[in-house]
Amino acid sequence: MSRKRPEPVQVVKQRRDAAMQTLAQAVPYIRYLGVQFERRGNELTAVLPYREDLIGNPMLPALHGGATGAFLEITGHMQVMWAQVWPLMEGGGAAAEAIDAGQFPPWPKVIDITVDYLRTGLPRDAYARARIVRQGRRYASVQVSAWQDEIDRPFAAATAHFLMRQ
Amino acid sequence: MVARLRELQALRVFVDVHVSLSLCLTKVSSDVEGPKVNSTSDTHRHEIARKFTAVIPHSLALGMSIEDLGDGEAVMKIPYDERFIGDPETGVLHGGVITALLDSCCGTAVISHPATKGPTATLDLRIDYMRAARPGEAVLAFAQCYRQTRSVAFVRAVAYETDRDDPIATATGAFTVAPASEPKS
Repeated sequence: MSRKRPEPVQVVKQRRDAAMQTLAQAVPYIRYLGVQFERRGNELTAVLPYREDLIGNPMLPALHGGATGAFLEITGHMQVMWAQVWPLMEGGGAAAEAIDAGQFPPWPKVIDITVDYLRTGLPRDAYARARIVRQGRRYASVQVSAWQDEIDRPFAAATAHFLMRQ
Repeated sequence: MVARLRELQALRVFVDVHVSLSLCLTKVSSDVEGPKVNSTSDTHRHEIARKFTAVIPHSLALGMSIEDLGDGEAVMKIPYDERFIGDPETGVLHGGVITALLDSCCGTAVISHPATKGPTATLDLRIDYMRAARPGEAVLAFAQCYRQTRSVAFVRAVAYETDRDDPIATATGAFTVAPASEPKS
């Protein structure tokens, strides 16, 4: 028995990146804030490129707590969605074809989010990663951490709960 | 290092200006539960709160406005905008927009509290989403700074379209406040 030959690396990358981009770009508010996603395998890092209109305190200056909170929420939301999409996309068959055609499962709903503002958000790019602490059939619990210069010095962190819709 | 010094200087000026404005415009006792200030002071303090919000770039970008102010209370509004949609199929606003509105409204409520003498920043904010916002409608937020200690302001808020008893989301937060008497070191 011979194993199926793996797909060429470019095909794999393109399929995964396309799914990630389609998901993020379909949401107007993610586009508005300018949040982008970078991917290594199934690991996602969200990037919030700095813009002057993200400032909440012009005297310091510091990022707006609302913009920071929204960035963390988007990161957590995307992580839960991505965790649903990944096995479908990689599993082949009709489910994978649907993903390729841009048909995704419905976005989970945000139930609640608690944001800790740990440091002043500086006027520069911010990064965030989310970790699914528990994924159940109906609920998911997610932790998000955001940093700017040093990953071990987060400027904001959040815990969020999501309602799965499948 | 120089940049950091400049930042600190800017902050000091910011605090000083605000403190002196507050002090000359409001003759408020440091007692949080103290007597009501006279109406002129109220107006001036509210004016400061309005000016604070008027220069916040992100609040301006989202189209936020202050609808009403009271002692430690604020009502703010964000108009419906297609750029802020979270679900393209239904046109429902993204939760992040509600987060930004609630955070701003809570901050404004802290600034308009009689005991507040300086700027404020969010320490923590929890938001519970009860339902989707109705597409096409502006969202209002009502925030109340219900307790203030020497260093922390406690705030609760609700987001709704027309009826506070039918909330889109509720929030509770803790905000920093400058110590009431001694200057910040």
